[in-house]
Amino acid sequence: MESPMTIHPASREQRSMKTIVSVALSVIFMGLGQLYNRQIVKGLMLALIEAYVLIFWSKPIMNGIWGLVTLGEQVQIRQRGRIVEQGDHSIFMMVEGIIYLLALLVIICFYIFNIGDAYKVRKRMEEGISVRSARQSVKYAWEKGYAYFLLTPAIVFTLFLTILPLLFGVLIAFTNYSGPNYLPPKHLVDWVGFKTFSNLFNLRAWSHTFYGVVGWTLLWAVLATVTTYFTGLFYALMINVKRIRFKRFWRTVYILPWAIPAFVTILIFRNFFNAQFGPLNEYLSLFGIAAIPWLSDPFWAKASLVFVNTWLGFPFWMALMSGVLTSIDKDMYEAAEVDGASPWQRFRTITFPLVLFATAPLLIMSFAGNLNNFNIIYLFTEGGPVNIDYSYAGSTDILISWIFKLTLQQNQFNTASVISILIFIIIAIFSIWNFRQTRAFKEEEMIQ
Amino acid sequence: MKTISGNHKVSIRQSWRENVLLTVIYMILAGTAIVVLYPVVWVILGSMNPGDTISSTTYLPERLTLSHYVSLFEEKDYLIWYKNTLFIAFMNMIISTVLVVTAAYAFSRFRFPGRKQGLMVMLVLQMFPSFMGMIAIYILLLQMNLLDNHWGLILVYAGGSIPFGAWLVKGYFDGLPRSLEEAAKIDGASHTSIFFRIMIPLSVPMLTFIAVSNFIGPWMDFIFARLVLRSNDNKTLAVGLFEMVTGRANNEFTTFAAGAVLVAIPITILFLFLQKYIIEGLKAGANKG
Repeated sequence: MESPMTIHPASREQRSMKTIVSVALSVIFMGLGQLYNRQIVKGLMLALIEAYVLIFWSKPIMNGIWGLVTLGEQVQIRQRGRIVEQGDHSIFMMVEGIIYLLALLVIICFYIFNIGDAYKVRKRMEEGISVRSARQSVKYAWEKGYAYFLLTPAIVFTLFLTILPLLFGVLIAFTNYSGPNYLPPKHLVDWVGFKTFSNLFNLRAWSHTFYGVVGWTLLWAVLATVTTYFTGLFYALMINVKRIRFKRFWRTVYILPWAIPAFVTILIFRNFFNAQFGPLNEYLSLFGIAAIPWLSDPFWAKASLVFVNTWLGFPFWMALMSGVLTSIDKDMYEAAEVDGASPWQRFRTITFPLVLFATAPLLIMSFAGNLNNFNIIYLFTEGGPVNIDYSYAGSTDILISWIFKLTLQQNQFNTASVISILIFIIIAIFSIWNFRQTRAFKEEEMIQ
Repeated sequence: MKTISGNHKVSIRQSWRENVLLTVIYMILAGTAIVVLYPVVWVILGSMNPGDTISSTTYLPERLTLSHYVSLFEEKDYLIWYKNTLFIAFMNMIISTVLVVTAAYAFSRFRFPGRKQGLMVMLVLQMFPSFMGMIAIYILLLQMNLLDNHWGLILVYAGGSIPFGAWLVKGYFDGLPRSLEEAAKIDGASHTSIFFRIMIPLSVPMLTFIAVSNFIGPWMDFIFARLVLRSNDNKTLAVGLFEMVTGRANNEFTTFAAGAVLVAIPITILFLFLQKYIIEGLKAGANKG
């Protein structure tokens, strides 16, 4: 075991020379700099790690990256229907390539840490501060590294289950991975650059569907957000009227749509709106109204979607706004009344601004959420009714449910991935804007 | 004199107008209550209607029967689906909460190289549509032999819950006063004991929100359950019920209704009990940053 040692201060040139040497040594081989700094145990450990990586990992890493770059070269060969040569599976190679690339990044980070460490230790030695022994280093690392220890599980999960799949998803956009001609293991997949992007905008078969679906997605997000928000506000206001009794009862009843699992209610409504057997058309026929094709006509399907969404979504806003309304200072209303403000004016100048102020961040998040509200679209209409003008999309499909169909039913992976990148850009703009707004809100609160 | 009687008249007219307004409000409230409760009652009655299809579901059935509930358990794999969902939900709740809380503690109370970048990465990750990585997850699970396996699904859920949850809980931890920890540190408490003795007890409301939302998540999720789980024995409730009413024939409506009632009851009760925490948690989620 080494012991902490003190180094006599040396002349300036000697110092900088020694620093350069220790850094240069660490660059050449991990741990050399530490050995030069007379941290024997640490240096040996680091050198061992590098040797281990070089011996056992360099080949797989090289192979992985080769696979990622070429996406395989050997096509599957069949003779008389039997597979003679298995061939390269481009997609597996891609995923493996990304994993090895991530591993390489971790190793590079570690390498940089090693160089930085050699530099820092040398600096400390020159300033005459005692250098930590191996045992002290371990203790120091435990103290300092506790945060990393805590984070390790989360990092591993996020890396493999979120970041890796997303990287993969992004990369797919730049390949021709799609049915029927580029599906492994039968065929190879190739990098095609931005071709899929330009196809989406320029090829009529894609662009027509794309613009149509984008239009409905935006309209849907606006309608879904506005209807739930104002319906919620409307009921919160009514329940909050001073002389209304059984407030708790009303609130509990109205919260039910939020409390019942949404997928259950959506499936129930799907049957309720069923044009042939559903009770809704039956009731209408009692009033002499002819059956309405709720789910098979584009307009009615969209209208019923908005209705069902309002039913599902207004309780959240109602509950939230009830809280805001009860916390508004009553004096403000009295003052306004003395000044002769009408109820509408009081609402417009006091209630609404305060409610909006308190709920704005959630309103924006809910808009972003509605853009991607897959569940209601897929469970209620499955994107239908069929639209013959669209490629692989129905009349009520929003971008996200279109992606779902493209991936799971049509094998159009590359186009699906391009669309998800576009969605990401839209959502990112909203989120960043929202993030900034909340900052602004907080600062404003502090000023008041 | 004149002014007093004038005022009197105004107040009478006002109270009359107010009464009309109140009546209108009560009528709207009652009407909406019917709209809200109608589907609920319809399904409960449907589940007890004799017959199989929606068309045979009348609002005033001649007699009520529990046979659909019985057949759920005897003919369908409902009990297996229920057990599957319960298992996945419970495991996801535990794993996600542990992952989220440890990460949030590290981000909130330690300053270390990479902290800022880590927080930014998590913020960005929240913005991606969750199933953009679907194909890759499918391949990964396939290679790890976790396809059509509950643990595969649990891993996917737990991994997905980290970015949002960690930000939320980190924000909450940031708001807790540090004086207690500093006092404990002076008394020689370790990071671990500070975490368990101080942070956890102080953040029960937020932990409840995280745990409950992770428990409820798998009951609602449809996409990943459908992607990962293939065989009938492994299905979750959402997938099983969806398939009951979307087949061509659509002749199992009443059995579906019975199944829906049995899912909705526990989740609804859980929700109503914890709604206070849920609303608080969502508010905090929107104000993070």
